[in-house]
Amino acid sequence: MSQPGRPMGQPGGPTGQTIAEKILAAKAGVTQVTPGQIVDAYPDLVMSHTATWRSVSVMKKIGAKRLYDPSRLAIVLDHISPAKTEKYAADQQTSRNFAREYGIEKFYDVDAGIAHLVLMEHGHVKPGDLIVGTDSHCTIYGALGALGSGIGYTEVASVWVTGKLWMKVPTTIKLTLEGRFVAGVSAKDLMLHLIGTLGADGCGYKSVEFYGGALPDMSVSERMTMANLAMEMGSKCVFIPPDEKTREWLLPRLSDPADYKPVIADENAVYEQSIEVNLAELTPMVACPHQVENTKPVTEVLGTRIDQAFLGSCANGKYEDLAVAAAILKGRKIDPRVRLIVTPGSKEILLEAMRSGILATLVESGALVTNPGCGACAGDGGTMADGEVSLSTANRNFVGRMGSNKSSIYLSSPATLAASALQGVIADPREFF
Amino acid sequence: MQDTIQGRIYKFGDNVNSDIIIAGRYLIYIDPMQLAEHAFEMLGEGFPARLRSFDILVAGRNFGCGSAREQASTAIKGLGIKAVVAASFARTFYRNAINDGLPIVECPALYDAVTEGDVIQIDLAKGVISHAGNSHAFPKMPDSVGKILKLGGLANYLKSTLTTS
Repeated sequence: MSQPGRPMGQPGGPTGQTIAEKILAAKAGVTQVTPGQIVDAYPDLVMSHTATWRSVSVMKKIGAKRLYDPSRLAIVLDHISPAKTEKYAADQQTSRNFAREYGIEKFYDVDAGIAHLVLMEHGHVKPGDLIVGTDSHCTIYGALGALGSGIGYTEVASVWVTGKLWMKVPTTIKLTLEGRFVAGVSAKDLMLHLIGTLGADGCGYKSVEFYGGALPDMSVSERMTMANLAMEMGSKCVFIPPDEKTREWLLPRLSDPADYKPVIADENAVYEQSIEVNLAELTPMVACPHQVENTKPVTEVLGTRIDQAFLGSCANGKYEDLAVAAAILKGRKIDPRVRLIVTPGSKEILLEAMRSGILATLVESGALVTNPGCGACAGDGGTMADGEVSLSTANRNFVGRMGSNKSSIYLSSPATLAASALQGVIADPREFF
Repeated sequence: MQDTIQGRIYKFGDNVNSDIIIAGRYLIYIDPMQLAEHAFEMLGEGFPARLRSFDILVAGRNFGCGSAREQASTAIKGLGIKAVVAASFARTFYRNAINDGLPIVECPALYDAVTEGDVIQIDLAKGVISHAGNSHAFPKMPDSVGKILKLGGLANYLKSTLTTS
């Protein structure tokens, strides 16, 4: 039966379910859920990153000794890695000791890279999974059709011990993408356009499902950028419904291919809102200080001086991102006034970049390459001084996030970043395509 | 936790993100007092000292957006703030506040009615905010969630359920 005020999917027919509804129902052990309903859900995976020691401290505080299911824990030491002070070292030691004591098999140390990318690369994220973790950008798991959502460290400890958490079933927004990007425009520009249009809370408490004729051609890397950035419009979770691209990318990574069971929405699922975007109409976009929703076409900020350019993060530190930048930088030198910091998202990405030669291209152009991880986006290196300006491919430009509260951050695609690093000012990447 | 909270309000705008509430470099702390020393520091001179003379924060839309860092609500508690009333919250902050035992209220109607320094009274049991002779109703939390807040947060709640089970 439908709820009062809630439209039926088809006249006279039963209401269909969205992906978020189906996953939450399955993880709560019920047949159907309705938006607004609160359920006790059992996640398949609980991710904790550098915050792990804090959850360990909660376990101690409440006197809990047992985990609900150690195989559901994943720990990746990605922020501030390797440790840069004794405090970080001690905290990481606590996390390592905990992982050893409890036999956590999905433990990845400071060499691995950003938790989100590492977990997806290692086949720990599957379509239909419910995944929570100590990071708002858990929405990225929706690139593979999983429901990912961020929680705090106390709640992570709670899920470790009880296996469950309360979740409110969200309404869903349908985003349909048609057309093709023009050369020099990418998934990052699409997301900055959407965040600017819908606002920082445009999808607050809501699930987002992507559809449309443009999707089959979009790579898993682009989908990760989309599911990651959708958090910046408040999304609770995001889905790119699994298709051939998903299967091709994920199957070789799964320990058991039989685990690949896509969850898709019913044809008569109910959406709160439908939005269509023609990718062909988009231009390179930039988020200006100090809010991600403060977006402008790059043409409106051309010539803005930059001191630092950061190529990395869970939004745009993937191999394809590095490759796009390298293609622009190849055979050229960056402006001597710019520090270009490149932080590959993971060890796998770093290795691929080494083998293909793009790492050499980046270094030859003047880039400084760091170890894989969150890097400057999490305030690990690349700290900005008073008055300095950073251009970054990350997902946040909040005041003081990369250092001084008198510095400022612009966000862009990897292509815009590379073009700008060459000129020392924000530049239009389309002239390089 | 008391059902009634009264005090002077400090007023913020929309989209106050958790990086502003507590910068990433202080996430090495989890103690409310240590965190409070650096709360809202990014806003510049005078912060956080200025906030210590207020009891309740009132904000516009999407308070606590951005990072899922739980220390954002912990830092606010450490400042001695007794509740946050916003037009809306980012979901991670909303959960973290409940888990931290920091009362939060969604009440869009209050925002335009108040100015800094006003005194308001929040009745969590009745779901009403009183201000200058006016009443603003707000939806109460479901009991299943409210009981966590009532016990002062998720750690206390877990402790009580672990000892009884």
